[in-house]
Amino acid sequence: MEPLRRLDRAVACPLPLANVDTDQIIPARFMKQPRQAGYGGFLLHDLRFGPDGAALGLSLDDPARAGAGVLVARRNFGGGSSREAAVYALVDFGVRCVVAPSFGDIFASNAVNNGLLPAVVSEADAERLIAALEGGLDRLSVDLEACRIEGLPEPVSFSVDPVWRTKLLNGWDDLDLTLSHADAIRAWAEADAERRRWARPSSSC
Amino acid sequence: MPRTLVDKLWDQHAILTREDGETLIWIDRHFVHEGSHHAFAKLKSRGARVARPDLTFGVADHYVPTRGRAGPIPDEGVRRMVEQLTENTGLHGVHLFGLDDPRQGIVHVVGPEQGLTLPGLTVVCGDSHTSTHGAFGALAFGIGASEVAHVLTTQTLWQRKPKRMRISVEGPLTPGVGAKDIALTWIARLGADGAQGHAIEYAGSAVRALSMEGRLTLCNLSIEGGGRCGMVAPDETTLAYLRGRPYAPAGEAFERAAGDWLALAGDADAAFDREVSFRGDEIAPTVTWGTNPGDALPIDAAVPDPERIADPGRAAHARDALAYMDLRPGQPLTGIRIDRVFIGSCTNARIEDLRAAAAVLAGRTARVPGLVSPGSSLVKRQAEEEGLDRIFVEAGLDWVESGCSMCVGMNGDLLKPGERSASTTNRNFKGRQGPGSRTHLMSPAMAAAAAVAGHLADARPMLAGRL
Ligand code: SF4
Repeated sequence: MEPLRRLDRAVACPLPLANVDTDQIIPARFMKQPRQAGYGGFLLHDLRFGPDGAALGLSLDDPARAGAGVLVARRNFGGGSSREAAVYALVDFGVRCVVAPSFGDIFASNAVNNGLLPAVVSEADAERLIAALEGGLDRLSVDLEACRIEGLPEPVSFSVDPVWRTKLLNGWDDLDLTLSHADAIRAWAEADAERRRWARPSSSC
Repeated sequence: MPRTLVDKLWDQHAILTREDGETLIWIDRHFVHEGSHHAFAKLKSRGARVARPDLTFGVADHYVPTRGRAGPIPDEGVRRMVEQLTENTGLHGVHLFGLDDPRQGIVHVVGPEQGLTLPGLTVVCGDSHTSTHGAFGALAFGIGASEVAHVLTTQTLWQRKPKRMRISVEGPLTPGVGAKDIALTWIARLGADGAQGHAIEYAGSAVRALSMEGRLTLCNLSIEGGGRCGMVAPDETTLAYLRGRPYAPAGEAFERAAGDWLALAGDADAAFDREVSFRGDEIAPTVTWGTNPGDALPIDAAVPDPERIADPGRAAHARDALAYMDLRPGQPLTGIRIDRVFIGSCTNARIEDLRAAAAVLAGRTARVPGLVSPGSSLVKRQAEEEGLDRIFVEAGLDWVESGCSMCVGMNGDLLKPGERSASTTNRNFKGRQGPGSRTHLMSPAMAAAAAVAGHLADARPMLAGRL
């Protein structure tokens, strides 16, 4: 995974909606596709395009904001389904950071596993950022080391779970770390098989 | 230190805890489905194998057709999804409850039904409604594809311990009110993100009195209030359900396990980070009016007026939801006409749910078309033995095979744009049942009542003398 330290003057888009669930981030019908071709075109598909395929004028599709790297939304972004495809759609579109007052739990951990930063700000700061972006501001810098968003006259601080921050800063993948504990896992599993004999599926099937 | 149920489950699965507080936990059961193809692709790219195929089970549910099962699947994309699961599970020696298996069904119905889900286990699946399995006193939660790949490779997962929350319902529920109504009521009170970061334990006499089916419905909906997992402490109801299940321990082994399971109940003086309580008699049959499960109200209420909601964010949400749902402020909920009914999904398609819907529909005719899709092929068979299928068919509804079906529409069972459904599912999100679809969530009895009336309706008068 690519480390994320600082996004410098990234194109930023407002998404002034609460409860943008993962069904909206990527509608289910697109999830049959393998990842290779990229999921960016499916991002927020039904909010962006009408049934006839015409763009509905979301700021994401404003040519002046092409290549957005940062989205700012209202509370409970990414609630609902565990589909990691929602994160693929954001990442493949080019988004590296979503700023919101709160995130769905599963979405947030999926995000971090794909190098996407879920930056939590206060409701008031989210509103200030959205207002500025709607008012014409089109770039924000996100500094993960300082946990700070720059672009307004005063920087806005955000929070992110410290473990996730370390992971994002270093581009770490859990799997390599876990495999380094292989012996501990094996020893634990052997002892546990004695402790909880009932935990294995019954072999009568 | 006194411990709650989740503390005990956590302690029993913690392999090691890092300095930063992340704990590596052992996973006892891992369910995969058609949507797990991203994770299998990751395994392939690393050249990795499934570490514990004996603890991994595949279920075909998300994309399976609910009609014409005998022939090949006509839609190529859908067929590919089902075939891919067969290939991936076959390649890694994982048992699959596939399309042709008489035990096939929705993963969250099959796991409990087969006795694969047991108290005291950690259960994960790449599906957010894995919270369902917590009904047995298991630590069960949904995960994303990267985490699925991690579990497949290592049978473990890095997790941060969740905060503890208890939702208690004390005193009896009134007749015609059930687990779905409890869930929609608490989610409406706390909001769709009300339980974020928390493991929920459901308690109180009304919860204890619920059957396993009811507890499964309640835990299923935990995620809709933002909780990643929900659970009920194991008791005699749990044990009675599990005795004789195919994959559960048998005979003496069962009785020994039962001792361990009953000991999982939280200590009387254990503290929770957050407590919420309800009285059983303040819960009414509840339906949703908006675009997330927190937009719910008792059936005798009216559509809310955004102008009278003080919080600007909530008012904006309500305005947007009413526009999408094509509803007027102040309109009585019972007046909302529907086009279609769907009785199914991992939330409400177990045998008890079908019985409740049939109790309303017996001898009556549905005014709108609809689908009844049982939670598993075994539930389907049992319902047919009880004659419930005839009640549905005589009422004019379609009795189809088991799968996720119109809950998510991945198999092609969809509403048309603008159509409105009374649905026993779990998500009334925009477009969930198809682009432009409008979904009202409710219990099986309430969905059946809506089918009979042609509009949202109180099931209680229709159930009089029938319960
Ligand atoms: S029935 Fe619906 S919610 Fe349940 S597992 Fe299937 S798609 Fe998910």
